[in-house]
Amino acid sequence: MSNSMDDVAKEAKAFFIIGSNTTEQHPVFGAMLRQAVRQRGAKLVVADPRKIDITEFATLHLRHRPGTDIALINGLMYIILEKGWENKSFIDERTENFDQFKATVMNYPPDVVAKTTNVPVEKLYEAAEIIAQNSPMAVIWAMGITQHIVGVRNVMDLANLQMLLGNMGKAGGGVNPLRGQNNVQGACDMGGLPNVYTAYQPVTSEEVREKFARAWGLDSGPRTVDGKTVRGLSSTVGATVTEMVPGILEGKTHALYVLGEDPVMSDPDTKHIRHCFESIDFLVLQEIFPSETAAYADVLLPGVTFAEKTGTFTNTERRVQMVRKAIPTQGDARDDWWITCQIAKRLLAGTSDRVRSDAPYSGWDYVDSSAIMSEINALTPSYGGITHARLEAGERLQWPCPTLEHPGTPVLHTKQFTRGKGKFMPIDHVPPAEKPDDDYPMLMSTGRVLYHWHGGQMTRRAKGLMEVYGEALIEVNPNDAEKMGLIAKSFVRVTSRRGNISAQAWVTDRVPPGMVYANFHFPNASANELTHASLDPVAKIPEYKIVAVKVELA
Amino acid sequence: MVNITINGQSIQAEAGQTVLQAAQAHGIEVPTLCYHKDLNPTGNCRMCIVEVKGGRFLQAACVTPVWEGMEIQTHSEKVTKDRKLTLELMLANHPQDCITCDVSGECELQDLAYEYKASAPEWGSKGTRYPVNSDPNPFIRVDMNRCILCRRCVSACAEIQVRDVWGVAKRGFDEIIVAGAGTTMLEARCESCGQCMAYCPTGALSNKMNYGTARAHQVTKVTTTCSYCGVGCQFDLLVKNKKVIGVQSNPNSPVNGMALCVKGRYGYDYIHHPERLTKPKVRRYLLEGKKKPVISEQWAVDSGQWDWVETEWDKALDIVADKLATTRKNYGADSIGVLTSAKCTNEENYLMNKLARQVIGTNNIDHCARL
Repeated sequence: MSNSMDDVAKEAKAFFIIGSNTTEQHPVFGAMLRQAVRQRGAKLVVADPRKIDITEFATLHLRHRPGTDIALINGLMYIILEKGWENKSFIDERTENFDQFKATVMNYPPDVVAKTTNVPVEKLYEAAEIIAQNSPMAVIWAMGITQHIVGVRNVMDLANLQMLLGNMGKAGGGVNPLRGQNNVQGACDMGGLPNVYTAYQPVTSEEVREKFARAWGLDSGPRTVDGKTVRGLSSTVGATVTEMVPGILEGKTHALYVLGEDPVMSDPDTKHIRHCFESIDFLVLQEIFPSETAAYADVLLPGVTFAEKTGTFTNTERRVQMVRKAIPTQGDARDDWWITCQIAKRLLAGTSDRVRSDAPYSGWDYVDSSAIMSEINALTPSYGGITHARLEAGERLQWPCPTLEHPGTPVLHTKQFTRGKGKFMPIDHVPPAEKPDDDYPMLMSTGRVLYHWHGGQMTRRAKGLMEVYGEALIEVNPNDAEKMGLIAKSFVRVTSRRGNISAQAWVTDRVPPGMVYANFHFPNASANELTHASLDPVAKIPEYKIVAVKVELA
Repeated sequence: MVNITINGQSIQAEAGQTVLQAAQAHGIEVPTLCYHKDLNPTGNCRMCIVEVKGGRFLQAACVTPVWEGMEIQTHSEKVTKDRKLTLELMLANHPQDCITCDVSGECELQDLAYEYKASAPEWGSKGTRYPVNSDPNPFIRVDMNRCILCRRCVSACAEIQVRDVWGVAKRGFDEIIVAGAGTTMLEARCESCGQCMAYCPTGALSNKMNYGTARAHQVTKVTTTCSYCGVGCQFDLLVKNKKVIGVQSNPNSPVNGMALCVKGRYGYDYIHHPERLTKPKVRRYLLEGKKKPVISEQWAVDSGQWDWVETEWDKALDIVADKLATTRKNYGADSIGVLTSAKCTNEENYLMNKLARQVIGTNNIDHCARL
C-alpha cells in the first residue's frame, strides 16, 4: 500500500474497491471501511462482478463483466476528462506522458465501455462523479485485479486514475493493494523473488551484485580458479513459481527446496502440478503439516508455527511487527531459520572454493533471529533502521526506514515518486485468455471464503472454523440453478478443460447469471483443479479469476 | 477550557469533554461498567454516577458534559452508597457462580462488587432464568444469566464490526440481549469475530473453545502478530502449561486495537493439532541408497521404497545437502529452485534468498505472492 490502513479508513472521502472482497479476506480492515461509510458518511464505489458483502455498504455497485477492468477504469477516466474533473496542477507538476495516455483513454467513450463492461452509461457517470468529486479518494484492490493475464496493466491503470485525480502522496488517498498473507509483503521485501535481492535491488545490476558479492564473500560474476570457472552471483533473472514447477517436465528444474508452501493446493491446474511433482528428481519440503504437496516430497523437515518462533512479519502497509515465541517447539521440530542454516552450511562445506569466509556476511552462524535482522539492516536500505530492539521498545515502524533515527514512512510518494515524475501509461483493454464457448459456456472465478485461509492446511485443522464452513461450496446464480433444475443444496459438477470438481451448490445472487465462484480450500473440490496457467507476461501471475467451465448436476 | 473542580481539586477540562473524560485525563478514577473508551457511551449502568453540586440527581459521568464552575464529587458517601445499591441490584439477578465461572478473575462486575463490598441480596432471584450456553455458535459461549444489560456487545457489533447482530428485546425485568430477532447468532449473520465477547465485562459472552481450561491468573500472555492475512493484527496468545489455549485482544495493537476476525481470534487450534510434523522423515529409497521409484506406479507403494521413515536431523539434512549438491553438479545451479514462504518471518525469508543466491548460486527463488 502507498498509504496506511488507518489514514485510508479515517481520511478518505471516498473509496473505490475493485477486485477485493475486503470484509471476507481482510476482515478487520473491511470493518474499518464499514465504520467509515456508516459513521462519517464516506462514499463507497465497489466494482465487482459478485455481490460481495461490502456491496451492502456501497453508495454504488458496478457489476462489470469479469475481465473488463481496464475498459471500466478507462471509461471512468474518459468521463473525468470530459467533465474536467482531473487534477491539473498534480498532472503538471508531478507526472509525465499525459498526452499519450489521454489519447488512449479517448478511445473509451461511455457507450463503448457500457457494451464492453455491461455497466449502464448512467452508472458510469455516477461512479466517475463519486470518485472524482470526493477527494481524497483511496483505491483498494486485491487479487481480483492482479490475477489476470493483464494483472500488471490493471494495476498501472489504477495508478493512472490516482495520478489523474491527484490522489497520490496524501493521507486518505493512494494505491492500496491488500496483501493476502501475513508476510507476503516481507517475503517480497526480503528478496524472495527471482529478479531482486532485498528491498527490490535488481539482480541484473552490476553495482548491486558487487554489493552482495562483497557482503557474502563471492564474486559478482563467474571467475576462474585453477583453470576452472567458479560461479559467483548469477546475473540472470530466475524462474517464478509458475515457471519452476512446470519446468520440471521441461527438464529445467531437477530439485526444489520448498518452505511452507503448498503448490498442489495453491498453483493453477492441479493435475498438471501433480504430474510435474511426480517427475521431479528431488523435492524437500519444510512444513508444519503433511500437506497435499507432502505426498510428492522425498524429504519432510518439520518446521514450526508462528507461536513457536521469534522474528518479524511485514503487513500490507509495510509495517514491520514482532512475532514472539509463546510456546516451546513441538516435538523434534526446529526453527525454520535454523534448518535453512544447516542446509547452507552443509552445502558450503562441499564448495569451499566459492565463498570467501573473510567477508562480513559470508557465514551462517546466527545466535537468534535478531542477528539475522542485523544482517538485513546492513544490506537492505528500506529496512536499515528496523531492528528488533526498536520494535521491542514499542516503536511503530513502516518501511522505508533507512536509519536508526528514522521514524518510518506511513505514506509513500508525498513529494515525488520513486522514479521522479509519475509516468502515465497508455493502457488498452485486452480480453481474457479463456473465453466461454459452446462446450464451456460459463465463467468461474476463484478465491477464498471468510472461514478459511488459502490451501486450508491451517484452517481445515481448526475445529470451530470447520464447524461453520466444513466443505467447499460453489456459488451458483438462481437463474442458472433453475435452468439446470438445481434445488438449493444439491451437488454440481464443474468442468473445465483441465479437470472437474463436484461440490455442494450455494444458490445465491452473489454471482451473476453465467458465473460460478469456487474456492481452493478443500482438496476434494479445489478450484485449482480447473484453473489454467495463462500468465501475465510481466508478473507471471496466473489468470485465476476467469476460467471457462460447464456446470451440471452431479 | 472549562474550569471545574473534582473532589476539591481545580481542573481545567476541555470544552465538550464529559465528566468521566475530564476525571480520567487527570488520573481521577471513576468506576465504569457499560462505558468503554472505544464505544459510544450509553449511560445505562449507573456505575459512574457522580454528585454535582446543585444537581437534583446523581449524574452519569460518562454522558454528562462539563460546564464552567462545575463542582463534582466522585466518591461522596451518597455516591458510594448508590453505587453499592446498583451493584446489589445487578447481583440480585446474576448467578452466584464465580467459583465455576470462566471469566472469574477478569470480570469487571466481580471486581466492582469486591471493591464496594456488594453481595447478592437476600431477596434476589434464585436459579437461572435462561438456558446456559444457549447459542450453537462454535466460538462464543452465551450465558444470558450473567448478562448485566450493559449493551457493550450491542455497541461493539454495531460500531466496531458494523454488523448489528445484537439487539435488545423486551422491557423491564424481562429485558434481554438477543441476536437478530431472537435467532441464533449465525442466523443473525454473525461473522464470529468475537468483538462482543472481547468487550463483554462479565461471563455472559465467553470463549467456548477454551471454556474450563484456564483462569485469568493461570495464563501467561505473549503479544504477537497474526499468522493469517496481510492486515497484521496483533493480539496476545494465552499460554498455560506450554500450550496455546486462546487468543485475547490486546488494546495496544497498532493496526487493529481490540478488533480481530474469526480466523485470528478462534483459528489457533491448528498449533497443537495431532497431525503436526514433529520428526524429520525421508523416503525409504533414500536410506537404502536405491533409485527413486516412479511414484505414480503401484510398485512404488508395494515395494515400500516410497514409505516414510523417521530419521534424526543429521541424517535428513545430510541427504538434503547431498541431493542438492549432486543436482547442482549434474545439471547446474539453475536446475534447483527455492520456494520461500509468505507464512514465515522476514528473517527466514532473507536466509532463503541468501541460500539460493550465495550458496546454490541461482536466482530461482519465489513464493506464492502470485497465487
